[in-house]
Amino acid sequence: MTGDRFEVERVRRDFPILRRRIGSAELVYLDSANTAQKPEAVIRAMAEHYRCHNANVARAMHTLGAEATAAFEGARQKVAAFIGARPEEVVFTKNASEALNLAAHSLGATLAPGDEVVISVAEHHSNIVPWQLACQRSGARLRWFDLTEQGRLDLDQAAAERLINPRTKIVAVTWVSNVTGAVSPLTEIAAQARAVGAKLVLDGSQGVPHRPCDVTALGADLMAFTGHKLAGPTGIGALWGRYDLLEAMPPFLGGGEMIEIVRMEGSTYARPPHRFEAGTPPIAQAVGLGAAIDYLTGWGMDAIASHEADLTAYALARLAELPEVRLIGPADPTDRGGAIAFTLADLHPHDVMQVLDSYGVAVRGGHHCARPLHQRFQVTASVRVSSYLYTTRSEIDRLIEALIATLEFFRVRPGRK
Amino acid sequence: MDLESLYQEIILDHYRAKRHAGLRQPYDVEVTHVNPSCGDELVLRLALAGDRVADLSYQAEGCSISQASTSVMSDLVIGRRLDEAVGLHDGFQAMLEGQGRVELDEAVYGDAVAFHGVAQFPARVKCAMLGWAAFRDAAWRCHPSAGESDD
Repeated sequence: MTGDRFEVERVRRDFPILRRRIGSAELVYLDSANTAQKPEAVIRAMAEHYRCHNANVARAMHTLGAEATAAFEGARQKVAAFIGARPEEVVFTKNASEALNLAAHSLGATLAPGDEVVISVAEHHSNIVPWQLACQRSGARLRWFDLTEQGRLDLDQAAAERLINPRTKIVAVTWVSNVTGAVSPLTEIAAQARAVGAKLVLDGSQGVPHRPCDVTALGADLMAFTGHKLAGPTGIGALWGRYDLLEAMPPFLGGGEMIEIVRMEGSTYARPPHRFEAGTPPIAQAVGLGAAIDYLTGWGMDAIASHEADLTAYALARLAELPEVRLIGPADPTDRGGAIAFTLADLHPHDVMQVLDSYGVAVRGGHHCARPLHQRFQVTASVRVSSYLYTTRSEIDRLIEALIATLEFFRVRPGRK
Repeated sequence: MDLESLYQEIILDHYRAKRHAGLRQPYDVEVTHVNPSCGDELVLRLALAGDRVADLSYQAEGCSISQASTSVMSDLVIGRRLDEAVGLHDGFQAMLEGQGRVELDEAVYGDAVAFHGVAQFPARVKCAMLGWAAFRDAAWRCHPSAGESDD
């Protein structure tokens, strides 16, 4: 499947939005951890689906229905192959948040008072709140990994606290942090979870789009991720699960297509993955996601990962030239994804984001749905820069210039006027 | 996008030297408001003397727009009749949500007219309203009918 030699300038030609201007400036899109841009192939595949093959799936028996069903199930096969899984282990959801809510609701249905669920302070709110709710419903106790000053999961402190112990039933952590970029030590965590019989749930939202994925090798029992961060459309995500585990899990949402037999007195349910897909699914979005996976696979995930690793190292080095930058997360580019969060002097991230935007540089300013992580580092918010396969070194240079202009605008540095 | 129209010099001046900042005694009501997208927090205290705002004090973490807006507001409402001050809130909000079509009277609003540019940046309207919304909430808690017409 991998073929074309990776060349970022050729990649960029496939993304129409990258030719946009913001005011008089060329767009520098450094917000891919928020949502990725879409290649022409994805846009075309979705339009083609609506133009030529649109029908409902599974229940429409006519020709178009068969085509739409084949396209939808074909997308499931592509997703499965992309993460090293079997198609029947891939449940389509509307996003990663819904996938994590499904996990917390259905896997969490077995929780009881005295049980413990372990997350980390680095989690996105979507991997915190569903577990808080599950613990409230069941009486289980929620515990969490702290972080080291470099933003890595603090395994030593966890061991001292006996964080993972025989009462632990579920461990739910991110693969790659959406703020610090840190890659979690999954080998160690998976081994600890396995040793006490706990299930490991991964938030793969910032991992799956950026690096080769073999979900079994990661040691996970369930993994959530989303399509729109993977150069695919919004409105579709996935929950991967070990089949025997999915089969033991009760339904999440009830409705059409997730049933076997419905009687007024009670119903029986379809087998996974359809048990967890109530109602008309995001069909065109699945087609778009399949096209995105074909597109990324065409360049090769190894090549994409190594391009991003190079770019992250370059961005970290350039940011280190500015004494006003305080990094939140590891300065060392090893075991690190492409998200780089920082504060700039005492400027508020909203203000930094606003000035950068006037130079065409799109970044995110805020807590990035990770308020506890920001509290851990005694800040309310940060500026986050994130890249993808289409990001270039010269865009990082434009970022640095715009950051210097921001410092001058707010008179942290003497102005050029 | 015109950066200078957003960050007018008056706004940056208030940001650098905030008026009436810090939490003071005595007060009648204290409220805490947050901007959920960035986690910015504002604690605001309102003290009344009869139908007038005797003092308004606050402690805030936030961007230049929210800090400056709160500072300007404190200047405007302290010493004013509560129902008048609530009326200023309503007018300021209407201006921010007016997409540039609503002008404020400078004779009444003073420095607050400098926030006219914010109306062109919908994502920042919430920042400029943080302090004002907290004040409106505090006024409502003191006098649930404040700012409503008598008839």
